Amino acid sequence: MIGQKKKRRVQLIVVGMVLLAAASALIGFGFRQGIQFFRSPSEVVESPPGPDELFRIGGLVEVGSLIEGSGETITFIVTDNAKTVPVSYTGILPDLFDEGQGVIALGHLREGTFYATEILAKHDESYMPKEVIDSLKEQGLYEAPDS
Amino acid sequence: MSLWEFANPVKFIRLSGRLLPWVSGLTVICLAVGLIWGLFFTPEEARQGHIAKIIYIHVPLAMMAINAWGMMFVTSLIWLIRRHHVSVLAAKAAAPIGATFTLLAIITGAIWGAPTWGTPWVWDPRLTSFAVLLVFYFGYMALWAAIEDPDKAADLTSVLAMVGTVFAFLSRYAVNFWNQGLHQGASLSLDKEENVADVFYIPLLLSIAGFVLLFLALVLLRTQTEVRARRLRALMLREGANA
Repeated sequence: MIGQKKKRRVQLIVVGMVLLAAASALIGFGFRQGIQFFRSPSEVVESPPGPDELFRIGGLVEVGSLIEGSGETITFIVTDNAKTVPVSYTGILPDLFDEGQGVIALGHLREGTFYATEILAKHDESYMPKEVIDSLKEQGLYEAPDS
Repeated sequence: MSLWEFANPVKFIRLSGRLLPWVSGLTVICLAVGLIWGLFFTPEEARQGHIAKIIYIHVPLAMMAINAWGMMFVTSLIWLIRRHHVSVLAAKAAAPIGATFTLLAIITGAIWGAPTWGTPWVWDPRLTSFAVLLVFYFGYMALWAAIEDPDKAADLTSVLAMVGTVFAFLSRYAVNFWNQGLHQGASLSLDKEENVADVFYIPLLLSIAGFVLLFLALVLLRTQTEVRARRLRALMLREGANA
């Protein structure tokens, strides 16, 4: 009789876990637009959001596109290697912000230009000593990891 | 001789008492060597500079924050199926440790994120799932405190451990399938190429081992306390009944 009870408990637990997993999968699937943290330049170019919509755009800062204007205002181009969007920003930049590096900007799209109110730098998962990178660069062997 | 013998409280106390000095000693050695090596004797990281050294604390803490809940899930499951008290008491003992690790992982992440990302906190999927995990830890502890009857409390908290597993774990891993946030992927993984240079990797492994052992030592100690508290409660109830 005790064995029967234990079997019943195991069945209940398995059914409960499967239902919970299914429920959370459905929630995740239903809200997958909502929980999207940032949009790529391709998504923004294909369906441009209205001028009042606040959203995040993420990609790489195109090499050679960074222009420091008057004061603290900068402009650069964010790319996903398919489409590009020009970005304008005034304010303090994070340490890791640089050309060829990952960036996530929050702001509005107005007449094709993204006016950012906040810039975040994205770091990749690689950790290399400074000396190694410097010597690789000297030899011209260094390849930036794509983030 | 089977594993289930240690479900016997007396045997558990005896074994854990013998293990504890060894585990504690190893914890101190691994943490001391790993952290001192990592914090003071590693070169500067290429792009982040010295702030990258927080990896020696942040990564082990975050790993154990998740793994602690994994351990609570397994021990709660054993309680629900086999009704071993030591098992569920181990889950109860692990919860405050896991909560502390989660909180410290969020704090160390914020210290790293403020200069490197440019923000201490964003509602990125991975960061959000850690906030959810922290709430589950607090909820779990609150539920234990809220229910008088220990067996009933054990049953209900075990169910919460199951629910938390699905939400905390699935939200943590499932988001990766269709979404990418601000947080980078795992630097340490078993299947991919190595992302962390050897000079950083070896002290990192040592400090991870240190934090795993620290968790183990604390869980053993706290489970002993819980087992004895349960025994004390049983004795006092018996005294009360006789008087």
